[in-house]
Amino acid sequence: MSGQPHDHHVQGHHDHDHDHDHPHAPPPDADSDLTYHQAMELAVTSLLLEKGVFSADDMRRQIEAMDARHPGLGGKLVARCWVDPAFKARALADGSAACREIGLEIGPLKLIVVENTAEVHNLIVCTLCSCYPRMLLGLPPDWYKSRAYRSRAVHEPRAVLAEFGTHIPDDVEVRVHDSTADMRYLVLPRRPAGTEGWDEARLADLATRDSMVGVAFATSAG
Amino acid sequence: MRSHHDMGGLEAGPVVPSEHDYAPWEKRVDALMMLLSARGLLKVDELRRNIEAIGPEAYDRMSYYERWITSITQTLLQRGVLTSDELGRRMEEMKARHAAEQAQ
Repeated sequence: MSGQPHDHHVQGHHDHDHDHDHPHAPPPDADSDLTYHQAMELAVTSLLLEKGVFSADDMRRQIEAMDARHPGLGGKLVARCWVDPAFKARALADGSAACREIGLEIGPLKLIVVENTAEVHNLIVCTLCSCYPRMLLGLPPDWYKSRAYRSRAVHEPRAVLAEFGTHIPDDVEVRVHDSTADMRYLVLPRRPAGTEGWDEARLADLATRDSMVGVAFATSAG
Repeated sequence: MRSHHDMGGLEAGPVVPSEHDYAPWEKRVDALMMLLSARGLLKVDELRRNIEAIGPEAYDRMSYYERWITSITQTLLQRGVLTSDELGRRMEEMKARHAAEQAQ
């Protein structure tokens, strides 16, 4: 296999008469040079629009749907687990079903909720790529997709956690879960002390993105 | 044998807690994957295979969504949804249009 997988199209652009405008193509991003890959994206998108594979409206709706996903959705699941032990048991048994039960869109993904306790701390990673519970947290941060995180999370998770300022006592077991395209994990962080009687919306704010990845604890009640 | 993308368990430097707001073009790449999947024109296995086919040097040089658009495009070429000729022409047009807009 070629080391340059994108060298298939540099030829053949002379002697043609494609000077017509493509009104459906999205405009290049302002104030930046157009990179090779950005040109590729614009070209692919405009060709697919032209071929009727999808419409500009489909594209816009898809982007809006992704933009609407944020850690508050995962926080909603966590908060419900914190206040409702029966729901938590169901979530641990079948994360996808628990999401549907409270109206969280999860699609066909298999979601596995892993619970942090006094004895166990969980961490999620995707060593091969970046599989992530995007339906509940939005798109992953860059560090989650980085070589350092993907390489080291599985063999020195305590050191990685320490780099996030998260220190796990030696007597607490650390479990690392490697995600796949079809199976995503979400960490159920421990409920912070001093939150007795809090309502779910307030609790949900304590379940940060990083706490649901497992690189941090839930925000303390402070 | 271990492939380049398969890096779990290797040595590496500290995790830099970096993140950025996704640029519009990155969001469009993400949306492309979802739209094509929904239409049966891209399977996640194809996305993966064509990312894994990127040579180590190119893999390391590319950003995340650069790998994705490379893989998506490769899949569309393999499936015959796009031809390399029309892709090449359209890329040149996009570059020319962008250059013209920048010059204004």
